[in-house]
Amino acid sequence: MNNKKKISIVLFSGDFDKAIAAFTIASGAAAVNYEVNLFFTFWGLNVLKKTKGRSAIGKGFLARTFNFLMGGFKNLPLSRLNFAGISPKLLTGLMKKRNVATLQELINAAIQLNVNLYACEMSINILGLKKEDFIPEVKEILGVAKFLNLSEGGEIIFI
Amino acid sequence: MKTVRLDITKDHCPMTFVKTKLELEKLEKGDILEVILKEGEPLENVPKTVIEQGNKVLEIKKLQDNIHMVIIERG
Repeated sequence: MNNKKKISIVLFSGDFDKAIAAFTIASGAAAVNYEVNLFFTFWGLNVLKKTKGRSAIGKGFLARTFNFLMGGFKNLPLSRLNFAGISPKLLTGLMKKRNVATLQELINAAIQLNVNLYACEMSINILGLKKEDFIPEVKEILGVAKFLNLSEGGEIIFI
Repeated sequence: MKTVRLDITKDHCPMTFVKTKLELEKLEKGDILEVILKEGEPLENVPKTVIEQGNKVLEIKKLQDNIHMVIIERG
């Protein structure tokens, strides 16, 4: 199965709506037998943090403060009209009401379909984090060279 | 050989074909999956993606207005 189609998505943004876009494409592509690589960098890492709320994780005072301010899965803001974090909750409610998969459901589906989750080595280093600070489904922490290797021959999307 | 039924009439893209794929993965070769779905995106895409992945679509039945049943044999 070396001719399997492949798509690699870089999630730089930590916005709620953009994470939905990334995981919609990822789970959809995996469901139609694509090999899918999701590479999380900087703000995007907030989606994968093990602690879902605000938490002062990391090494050193500055990193801890910054991680607290960045927040985690529950604090992902809407890219527009965030209204101090109310909008993502309202939107999730609307999605449930309309039977559209929520972000958490899309992430679960992506994991079940063996989407590869990778975290960026450089941003993790800046933020003073380590692999254990992320959900266990994160396969590996890697840099650009390895990412290019993995994504070679497929499509790349940057969000 | 067993037959399983999956109702995705309330689901939307991408969960329509995501759920179909996950259900098919649980089955063995020769098992039957009956997917109940709506017209439009699900009816266009589910049979197509299922065939692309080496399964067989045995029949597409119209159950009522806008509701169809796609009978799939796991390949």
